[in-house]
Amino acid sequence: MPTFPHVQVDPTQQLDPFKAVKKIPLEEFFTSGHRTCQGCESALVMKMMAKAAGPRTIVLGSTGCMYVANTTYYSTSWVVPWMHTQLGSSGSAALGTAAALKALMRKGKMKKEPINVIAFCGDGGGADMGISGISATLTHPDYNSLILMYDNESYANTDIQLSGSTPWGANTTFSTPGKVKRIMHRRWKKNMAAMMAAGHPETKYVATICMSYGLAGMNAIRKALAIGGPTFIHCLDPCPKGWDYDPYLSHEMGELAVNTGVWPMWEVENGVFRLTGRTQQIAAGKIKRQPVRDYLTKQGRFAHFTKDDTDYFQSKVDEMWDKWIVPGVIPFQKDLDADHPPAE
Amino acid sequence: MAQSATLIEQEKRTEETALITGSEAIAVACKLADVDVITAYPIRPYDTVMQYVSKLVSNGEMDCEFIVAEGEHSQFEIVKHASAAGARVFVGSSGVGWMYAMEALTVTPALRIPMIAMVGNRALDDPGAFGVEHNDALAVRDLGWQLVWVDNPQEALDTALIAYRVAEDRRVFLPCAISCDGAFLTHSQALVKIPTQDQVNKFLPRYNRGDLLLHPDNPITVAPQGNEDWVMEIRRQNFAAIERSAGVIREAYKEFESIFGRSYGNPFFEEYMTQDADVVLMGMGTLSTPVKVAIRKMRAEGKKVGFVRLRWFRPFVAEELAKCLQRFSAVGVIDRDYSFGSPYNSGVVANEVRTALYAAPGAKPPVLGFISGLGGREVTVPDVEKISDSVIAASKGKSQPLTQWIGLRE
Repeated sequence: MPTFPHVQVDPTQQLDPFKAVKKIPLEEFFTSGHRTCQGCESALVMKMMAKAAGPRTIVLGSTGCMYVANTTYYSTSWVVPWMHTQLGSSGSAALGTAAALKALMRKGKMKKEPINVIAFCGDGGGADMGISGISATLTHPDYNSLILMYDNESYANTDIQLSGSTPWGANTTFSTPGKVKRIMHRRWKKNMAAMMAAGHPETKYVATICMSYGLAGMNAIRKALAIGGPTFIHCLDPCPKGWDYDPYLSHEMGELAVNTGVWPMWEVENGVFRLTGRTQQIAAGKIKRQPVRDYLTKQGRFAHFTKDDTDYFQSKVDEMWDKWIVPGVIPFQKDLDADHPPAE
Repeated sequence: MAQSATLIEQEKRTEETALITGSEAIAVACKLADVDVITAYPIRPYDTVMQYVSKLVSNGEMDCEFIVAEGEHSQFEIVKHASAAGARVFVGSSGVGWMYAMEALTVTPALRIPMIAMVGNRALDDPGAFGVEHNDALAVRDLGWQLVWVDNPQEALDTALIAYRVAEDRRVFLPCAISCDGAFLTHSQALVKIPTQDQVNKFLPRYNRGDLLLHPDNPITVAPQGNEDWVMEIRRQNFAAIERSAGVIREAYKEFESIFGRSYGNPFFEEYMTQDADVVLMGMGTLSTPVKVAIRKMRAEGKKVGFVRLRWFRPFVAEELAKCLQRFSAVGVIDRDYSFGSPYNSGVVANEVRTALYAAPGAKPPVLGFISGLGGREVTVPDVEKISDSVIAASKGKSQPLTQWIGLRE
């Protein structure tokens, strides 16, 4: 792949994929001390993210669940250096930290060494408020960093308010079904990762993951950190409080999101796109896509759905799989008439 | 850590004189200070400093990460994080651009980040105006920022070097904004003595983040959720830091004088023809030019008017300033800002001066507030004479309004 002229990317750490669950080191870099809810998938993402990155890592954390509930004064769970950043600042935090390391090492003010820089944000901090900062960071080819967006599909720390990443129709404290309006949230979920991938073609790695498939998720993080330049990962995190289900179902909820086709998993690596994991198997016809009803009915946030609502949801997911140019990723439909004009 | 000199630090140059603007003077200071990370975003009039920085970088005269951000919020957040990771940083803005960065501006002193910013003072929208008003920089006056106003390019350069030394002093570790009046200073040239690199190296030690450095060798957690458990104690530490800053500023000016051979006298405010003055005017920034001209004219007419130009607005040396002002029979404060609904609807500086005098033991001369030169309007010599006449009348016991707008179209 051609590299930019005038760009000098510093070396990254060699982070080969973990071959199997049993090959993953036991050492933790995110341990006890946090206060997240029972069944919190996002805390698991933090733990796996830190483990995948290893000890020579700096983590920047946006305001959100993984700040407020996760990182308390005098009881930090972070073994690696960690710093708070503002809600919309994950992109800037990654960029500023990486720029400092680059300048200080180049000028001989700091020992030369590849250090991972990871900034995380929730869906509110990322897909809503922080989108312009993340976008800007993904256009700076010189700085090695990963922005990880953990998406629990609402502002879950502040009382479950809808975000641009909340699925259509969901009951949140800003979209409570009422006597006159059943569906208060009428916006479709933002296609964040694809937006980042399509909009920043020089970004070498963009992926969607779900930690119900933990090994694949950790290896995606390692790939993103090792590839060089800015990278972006979007992780879907089931949230017992926000989605309203029994905490023991968190793992299953992530699997259902993937198996119903609601959450397609894919990666773009050095410009090459591929579907990954179960999503790839669904696309290849090896396994059948489950109906979305199986996913929706297990969550209280969709309890007010009528059959029509569920059918609409299903039709939108079908459209994504059947009509989009790249299923689940690029939402443009081919103009069949123009492509295949009728014979004269 | 090895202390081998960087390329900039090694440079040997003799002192030279150059005809440069206030903005360019600060860009030169950034180069001399060997700043590591600089972020830019366009807004008039501060952005000229970044145009000069950009040229220094492209010409290889300066070695730094020069990042053009996508908005002021990111612009200030990027350098905040760079500073936490050990980099010396520079940033700046004007008017509503500064306000767009407000969230970053609030957390920066709270995180004890010694960020140096240039504010090219500009009127806040709406309606749009490129000209100077001080409300932009003054908006952060309660948050722990050190705020200094300069009135010529030489002072801009020197103050930038002093600001780095003070802000990065471990006893302080607070950000500092250097205010330069839009157009009157950002775009006006004067002859400036450029110090040598050796002098600057001697004056300005490297930024050492110490045990607050965010680095895998020092795996700390910065700014976890504190709540009512700890926030008050942390605020108190910030209070102690800004309290210490006045002493550190005094030290820095003394050291500056001994290394560079240029003296600013009292670091916090400049006195002009005050020795035998009956009344004084007060103000910040480039107001000093018309005021000094007017004073020389009035002196010829037998009116004994002096001038006190406030440099450091934060920390505000209330006792020292009160002691100075108590020597006069009346004080007229010219504010290039407004504070609508505040006591007597005076400007920000007038209200601070009244507060300083109220609590000070001894004489309490009347303090008149004047709002003038808003939106970049020129404060003219006749304006200053009009102001002075009112202050002189007050000194003779004649009742005067506590706040007057001067230079307003009637």
